[in-house]
Amino acid sequence: MIISQFVFVPLSAAFLIAIIGRKKENIASTIAMIATAWLFAASIIAFLKLPAADGLIIRNTSGWNAPFTISLVLDNLSSFMLIVISLISLTSAFYALQYINHFTGKWNFFALFMLMVAGMNGVVLTGDFFNLYVFMEISLISAYSLVAFGTEAEELEAAFKYATMGTITSTMILFGIGILYSYTSTLNMADVGLQLQRGGFPKLVFLVYGLFIAGFGLKTALVPFHAWLPDAHPSAPAPISAMLSGVLIKTLGVYAIVRIFFNVFNAPQVVLTIFLLLGTLSIVIGGLLSVVQWDFKRLLGFSSISQIGYVILGFALGTPLGILGGLLHLFYHAIFKSLLFLDSGAVEYATGTRDLRKMGGLSKELKVTSSTSMIGTLAISGIPPFNGFFSKLIIIIACVQAGHIGLGIIAALVSIVTLAYFLKVQKHAFYGVRKSAKIQEKVPFTLKTAMIVLAVLCLVTSIFLIPSIKAVTFEPIEKCVTDRTKYIDKITEDKGFDKNYLDNELSNNTKEYSGSQK
Amino acid sequence: MRNNYPNEGMSVIVKTITRFTVWLILFYGLYIVIHGHLSPGGGFAGGVIVALSYVHLTLAYGKNFVMERTNRSIMHTLEALGGLLYVLIGIVGLYLAGSFLANFLGVGKLYYLQSAGYIPILNIIICIKVGMGLYLVFFYLASYKAKKG
Amino acid sequence: MILYLMSFFLFMVGLYGAIIKRDLIKIILGLGIMGYSVNLFLILVAYRTNALAPILKKGVEISASSMVDPLPQALVLTSIVIELGITALMAALAIRIYEKYDTLDITKIRRLKG
Repeated sequence: MIISQFVFVPLSAAFLIAIIGRKKENIASTIAMIATAWLFAASIIAFLKLPAADGLIIRNTSGWNAPFTISLVLDNLSSFMLIVISLISLTSAFYALQYINHFTGKWNFFALFMLMVAGMNGVVLTGDFFNLYVFMEISLISAYSLVAFGTEAEELEAAFKYATMGTITSTMILFGIGILYSYTSTLNMADVGLQLQRGGFPKLVFLVYGLFIAGFGLKTALVPFHAWLPDAHPSAPAPISAMLSGVLIKTLGVYAIVRIFFNVFNAPQVVLTIFLLLGTLSIVIGGLLSVVQWDFKRLLGFSSISQIGYVILGFALGTPLGILGGLLHLFYHAIFKSLLFLDSGAVEYATGTRDLRKMGGLSKELKVTSSTSMIGTLAISGIPPFNGFFSKLIIIIACVQAGHIGLGIIAALVSIVTLAYFLKVQKHAFYGVRKSAKIQEKVPFTLKTAMIVLAVLCLVTSIFLIPSIKAVTFEPIEKCVTDRTKYIDKITEDKGFDKNYLDNELSNNTKEYSGSQK
Repeated sequence: MRNNYPNEGMSVIVKTITRFTVWLILFYGLYIVIHGHLSPGGGFAGGVIVALSYVHLTLAYGKNFVMERTNRSIMHTLEALGGLLYVLIGIVGLYLAGSFLANFLGVGKLYYLQSAGYIPILNIIICIKVGMGLYLVFFYLASYKAKKG
Repeated sequence: MILYLMSFFLFMVGLYGAIIKRDLIKIILGLGIMGYSVNLFLILVAYRTNALAPILKKGVEISASSMVDPLPQALVLTSIVIELGITALMAALAIRIYEKYDTLDITKIRRLKG
């Protein structure tokens, strides 16, 4: 199984679009669709091949062995994230085929989109700290450019705000990586975990915790660091809003936090307490602030802050049931939040406005949009046969079982508030009296198909709760997070960790390196 | 070709000296690129210096003069082609030697110009990409005309 | 030790510039200074006293402990490239914001609120 194809396929697709797509515009969308379809098929094949390889596939790049090179590691958590990324990018790219007719510069959009997907795949697959930073920056720079894609005044302001805040925290992450390197003299994640376990944690590691929580917390939009999200998500074109809120926050933020704090630092209790506090604050503040919004996509942005708070709360509990709840809510939120953002994009395509005070009664003309948005609303509020109910229930039960009964009550109450503001959206946008918006165009075919696919998935993915299916798919993923010994042992038993590896390797290659030279 | 914009740019002294120093800067940049595996520098630093030689020309003669004489469409294509070639060399390394970006040419003898496998080739590819890319960024930032109102 | 404290002080200077200054261009410069301070910190991590540059020369004895650590120098090169990309993007955004809003003062560029 070639793992590096998840990085080089979207990269070469982006460069091909930049060469050929400048002259002929239709080829750009074809290349993007082929690349995202290939990635989706490859991610499912990778997930199916994992049990045969004992749950961990390691590929070292450039021919050298593990701590002297960058290693790409595929374990159950990575392949789960790859499936989420490729599913949402496939539906967003399909949606964007006709949505992008309202903008100029089609090839720009698809090239930046493929670069963002390449960066996210790289973050998920890498086993090296600095490589994580590089791929994170690749996808973030593409995201800054895509937020400003329409070049209206407000979109440029939102992109500048996002770029400033993102750069400050990325510099903090690099500072933390420098401090870790100075203590352990290696950049491989498993090796850092091993050295910290053997040598004891120094006092300086609390500074590293602080820098990483600030750095990755801004990418996750946790509450003190959430201020960029309500400006950036409405300004982006609708498929990019779906990608930003559906996958980018989760890969660069939640996946990186889980990988670093659970697998490398062995989940220290002080960090888990901080994340419990920040997660609860996110749930409450995101939920309360969405009630007063009148812009459709800005409301959905604040709702994303609230739901990511649920995911972080699930992971911060530390118990297996909490981690299972966090993982399930991550997957389900990607599906229904992307569906809601694509719906808002379809409404904007048809009427030209995002203001809820101007719409009303759209369900007569936009039948597919209103029925899929009703399905999305029921899923996010947690109504039984849809998938959101099961994940929120598991998180609340895990809270109560771990002894935080107050947090469980807060989570349940904010779920009712979620139902309230989404019903407000439904009333003002789709049912009720039409105020001043006029339907200017019909919603095209690819937009409708993407929304129907995601709405069907909202219902179908509830089957992951059936115990026999859950044991095959989600239990191994949760073991990756709670039990870090397999991750560290299998990578560090590579022959590169031998004392004589460098001397042997160099004397094999050229006879002139070993020893001194007169 | 005739200079159609003789009053733009800097004074005559600067324009005359620029005719020599542009080539000096360009060759200095190429020297840094080619000796990237033997002395500090390499693809990125050399690429920046190559881009600076074009910037030097633009500053001295004015942007309309340079706009007539350079073919920016070829610059865009070369830039994207550089990125594509880098990934293709990685894929060739995957098939010939088993891991992405493996060094499939021989390591060679120490201190020789033709040694260290594929590293000189990658340096030249990065020089093309960075040189063209930086000059295009400078050019579009300089020639942006704000629309009034 | 003094050098580490000075690089941290430079980080704080850059952070002050990025947070408190009102002009868009000064914010971009502040972010640049923050980036340079982290690069300086990475190179300081690699330093060994009385060691040479990690370049092999003919006729000089090669041993690993007589050279400074070359790995953070590669990290610094990559970090410089990334910051170049971000600075170019933010400069382009600043020019376009000036065209739309007619000012570079961030207290006046506040149409998105609430």
